[in-house]
Amino acid sequence: MMSAVDDKPTPSREGASSAFTLGPLVAGPPCCTPQTHISIKSVTLSYGRIPAIRDVSLDIYKGCITALIGPSGCGKTSLLSCLNRLTDLIPGCHVEGRIAIDGQDITTPDLDVQRLRRRVGMIFQKPSPFPLSIWRNLEMPLREHGVTRRDELEFRIEKALADVGLWAEVKDRLGSAALTLSGGQQQRLCIARALTLEPSTLLMDEPCSALDPLSSAVVEDLIQSLKGQYTVVIVTHNLAQARRIANYAAFFWVKERAGTLVEFDQCRTLFDQPRHELTAAYVKGLQG
Amino acid sequence: MPEPANLIDREIHPVRDRVLLGAVWAAAMLVAGAFVWLLADLLWHGAGRLDWSFLSTAPRNSGRAGGIWPIVVSTVLIVAVAIVVAAPLGLATAVLLSEFTRRGGTTERAIGLSLDVLAGVPSIVFGLFGNAFFSVWLGLGFSILSGGLTLACMVLPILIRTAETGLRMVPDDWRLGAAALGLSRTTALHQILIPVATPVLLAGLMLGIGRAMAETAALVFTSGYVDRMPSSLFDSGRAISVHIYDLTMNVAGGDRSAYASALVLIALLVLVNGAAIWLSDRTLQRKIATR
Ligand SMILES: Nc1ncnc2c1ncn2[C@@H]1O[C@H](COP(=O)(O)OP(=O)(O)OP(=O)(O)O)[C@@H](O)[C@H]1O
Ligand SMILES: [Mg+2]
Repeated sequence: MMSAVDDKPTPSREGASSAFTLGPLVAGPPCCTPQTHISIKSVTLSYGRIPAIRDVSLDIYKGCITALIGPSGCGKTSLLSCLNRLTDLIPGCHVEGRIAIDGQDITTPDLDVQRLRRRVGMIFQKPSPFPLSIWRNLEMPLREHGVTRRDELEFRIEKALADVGLWAEVKDRLGSAALTLSGGQQQRLCIARALTLEPSTLLMDEPCSALDPLSSAVVEDLIQSLKGQYTVVIVTHNLAQARRIANYAAFFWVKERAGTLVEFDQCRTLFDQPRHELTAAYVKGLQG
Repeated sequence: MPEPANLIDREIHPVRDRVLLGAVWAAAMLVAGAFVWLLADLLWHGAGRLDWSFLSTAPRNSGRAGGIWPIVVSTVLIVAVAIVVAAPLGLATAVLLSEFTRRGGTTERAIGLSLDVLAGVPSIVFGLFGNAFFSVWLGLGFSILSGGLTLACMVLPILIRTAETGLRMVPDDWRLGAAALGLSRTTALHQILIPVATPVLLAGLMLGIGRAMAETAALVFTSGYVDRMPSSLFDSGRAISVHIYDLTMNVAGGDRSAYASALVLIALLVLVNGAAIWLSDRTLQRKIATR
């Protein structure tokens, strides 16, 4: 039982209908009826001849936060970059298997990659605003995707900035350099930049690990607030954070030099009643 | 025993380090001294000849008298032709090398090798090639155009290599970030990568202009040495460096004019450098705002 998921929450385990999240957090309604958004089937990814992840199958549910956890080098970043075809940019990188988003296969060579990346936004570990003004950072991707009317640009940019809680902080200095913002603000700007394109999915690769604890908490709250509206896949080494925010969690481990999926379950179940002993050891912090 | 206040002082070995320190200082002073001497020599011999009429009139009596105005104009035109042709070609090739070929791949290696060979070819060979190709084969004759085109070939390797370095220095974070937002390669280049690389691109352009302006051998057979004011790009025109060469080698009593012309050449180089620095500061402030 490596890849399939119990679609019905098992009452014997938790006995509550809000079994998808942890602690004081109450799961949002969209997560209670898991609906596959991204379906990953037998994906094997190799750099040159060397496989980095082998035979991973996984369903990502709509409107939920799915955390990918596991030790360094187990292929979490690699898996994320398959989902928006960023793997195309890496010479020698080669993906087999089938990945479908909303039922549409995204691994075909003739796919419109730019449109895919508009639907599937990505946030990196290191905040990477462009060395332009705050406004230009947000405007440029919009213009690239055909939004040119001034009022619509303004509306979308203000909305995205408000959604990440940055509007009040930057509304008087939209013309100043994005790199003058603090690290946490930069990361929120990057999230806003992805949101302006109105994606359905956000991929986040350790979005808080380069931030101080306070900014990290702000960004974490922001990610939580995205739940329900967006499908979020987040890679994190911070297990407490994964516990706090994720509805689902997938645990990866390196086997025979390639990352494989060991266990996928509701986050709470994976942490409290892991089925696999590797998972149990990892979440207890004994290994990895 | 109290600690010595200055850690550096304590760290200096009395013999070995002092010898090294002396050697590096001596080398630096030697280089600086050579330049100062050169400049002083030029000023000593040439400054007396340099005045407004020298800059604004045509040479008379083979350059012994009169000024160098038509020659300055020819020089600027030749260099302008060279840069207008070479800069876009150079940037395009650099973009191909840094953005669209794999580092160490066959294409990159083949182009890189030919560039490095080209950069090492003596300028007289470029002159002969330019004469055969532009002047004779394309029928441009001895003209500013064929001189400029020859110089374009000559500075192309410099422009490409510096531009390539500049583009490669831009962190990949921005390439990935742009791709992840669904931006096309073109947009990423035009909006982010090239603006960020602008200071290096300008520095490369400066090197190219400097090399072109100081060129003699490649021009003697292509743009020629007619010292009249050119009326179009198809006229022959004499570059400053050719003028200096001619005055020192062929014109008895032309030395003072040669020194003064050299001063003008150096002033032009300083001017272009200043313009490049100003331009690069301005683009930094206006377009990209780092830190
Ligand atoms: N561009 C690349 N070229 C070759 N090998 C790579 C490349 N990127 C990653 N790898 C290899 O693929 C494996 C998985 O890497 P990946 O970055 O996906 O791991 P990760 O789980 O994200 O690790 P971390 O937690 O440290 O970020 C590693 O063994 C790594 O060495
Ligand atoms: Mg990673």
